[in-house]
Amino acid sequence: MARDDQQDLGDGRLGVAAGEAGTAPDRAALAMRAFSVKKRFLAMYKRANAGHIGSALSCAELLVLLKFAWMRDDDTFILSKGHAVAALYSVLAEANILDPHLLDTFYGEGTLLPALPPVNGISEIPFATGSLGHGLSLCAGMALGAALKGRPRGFFCLTSDGELDAGSTWEAALFVAHRKLTNLVWLIDRNRIQGMGGTEEVLALEPLPDKLASFGFHVVEADGHDFASLLAAREACRKAQAAGTAPVAIIANTIKGHGIRYMQDTVASHYLPMNDAQYRQAQDELASAYGAATGRDAR
Amino acid sequence: MRDEFVHALIALRERRSDLLFMTGDVGYLAIEALAATFGDRFINTGVAEQNMVSLAAGLAREGHLPWLYSIAPFVVLRPYEQIRTDVCLHKLPVKLVGNGGGYGYGIMGATHHALEDIGAMRVLPNMRVYVPLTASDVGQAVALMAADPLANYLRLNSVLPIPDQVAAFAPWRRLKPGRSTVVVGAGPVLANIYELADPDLLGELELWAAGTFPLEDLPRELLTSIQAKRRVVTIEEHYGAGGLGEALGQALLSQGLCPPSFTSLHAAGYPSGRYGSQRWHQEECGLAGAGLRARLQKVVRG
Repeated sequence: MARDDQQDLGDGRLGVAAGEAGTAPDRAALAMRAFSVKKRFLAMYKRANAGHIGSALSCAELLVLLKFAWMRDDDTFILSKGHAVAALYSVLAEANILDPHLLDTFYGEGTLLPALPPVNGISEIPFATGSLGHGLSLCAGMALGAALKGRPRGFFCLTSDGELDAGSTWEAALFVAHRKLTNLVWLIDRNRIQGMGGTEEVLALEPLPDKLASFGFHVVEADGHDFASLLAAREACRKAQAAGTAPVAIIANTIKGHGIRYMQDTVASHYLPMNDAQYRQAQDELASAYGAATGRDAR
Repeated sequence: MRDEFVHALIALRERRSDLLFMTGDVGYLAIEALAATFGDRFINTGVAEQNMVSLAAGLAREGHLPWLYSIAPFVVLRPYEQIRTDVCLHKLPVKLVGNGGGYGYGIMGATHHALEDIGAMRVLPNMRVYVPLTASDVGQAVALMAADPLANYLRLNSVLPIPDQVAAFAPWRRLKPGRSTVVVGAGPVLANIYELADPDLLGELELWAAGTFPLEDLPRELLTSIQAKRRVVTIEEHYGAGGLGEALGQALLSQGLCPPSFTSLHAAGYPSGRYGSQRWHQEECGLAGAGLRARLQKVVRG
């Protein structure tokens, strides 16, 4: 559904200008989408009394960018960090691909929307992910499959940073670089927190940009919560893809639990559900931040 | 069987444009003809079997029919979770081909043997295992696999001559009649019984070859024969757990059949801690030679 300040392309995508960082209305439109998506999944998590909230908040802007300002209809997205699927369900509902009423069934008995992406249940979710370290390989297989058929489609894979511990991720990285799969964009949600602590404490990843570059990727870094930065990253990525010399990896520097003070940058936000007061606080902080950024009363 | 597999896939490629061949960097002086025939549809993924399987799932999702080749343990055990999750749960027609099933890699030792591959694969949903008996079986199995909508695992092994006329590859084949005992085998290890060259013993044995797992649609003739003879032997180059013996026992019980004599001849791993050829390991486990003869005679004599 088009809003006043957006150009609706008819498929849930917004016509964000191709400039380096988009226009101010473009960024505002994306921010509105992100606000709506976050409101949706916070309600889902509260209703389900479930965790992984921090993981969804970490990548919400990335998913909004991809769905509403980057991907075309026949492009494919793999959420390798499947534990953040509430954010993806919300984006699909926001794009009118998923019936919003289905979101109410999240985590419920007999639901089509389990806590991690379902098998063969939703056409926009080609693979059940969440066993970490599979997504980049799956995406690479699909990207290669389309390339072999001469189909000019785009493939996007979002991994966590924790799953960079998995050897299979690096097997896939070697392959993507070796085959120069420039129709694939690898996005990394670099929130620096994994299951039991900080990524640099558990199994250090830095210098991550150098590692990726040494594997043969064109590396783009961005602020994963700032649409100006993300749109600039999109443009840098498109230029690199047009050059066709190396696949692109975007390191999106993010904050786990972003936007909710008590959750931000905590391991606990990976696991813990919200009590009533925390939920009210989360929705209030979200609305306040959105209102402050846009001058609108979002509550 | 490896050469027959290569020839079969090249022949299949002439009829189907959706085939892809993927190797985990094995097949020197064996699969070069495939590389020449398949061109850009021949993909060496390197020594990275987890990636190879997930790639194949993605490729299958895009409408390709990938055939993945490696040494048996490396194509079924190393990437096991990828097979389970990315391939089988999603009902994708990915075709796994393992060379050297059982003790096939002989003196290469335990790391290269596959004694649990059938069991590991047959517990997976949407997976059918093909176990050829003869060289000519391989091409027929490949053709069946190409038409099979499920994921498959093809277990290649070394072939031994079988004097009897063997029908085309099928889930169930009776190789010869016999007087007192029904023997069901999977794969070329069954031919070790012929090799005993013991006409009296052989005359006692009715031989059947099981070609696919899970075991389905047990033929009426097999059930009737087991009911009458009441002695069953299974033989396989595989651990007992998860293998043919377990599968057939369960299948017979579910048919209401409980033969009073049921003997599973199977691989026992490495009881002496010593290594040798495939044949040496089979003999050590009583799957060939004098040990096999003694075990079969014991069953036949009751």
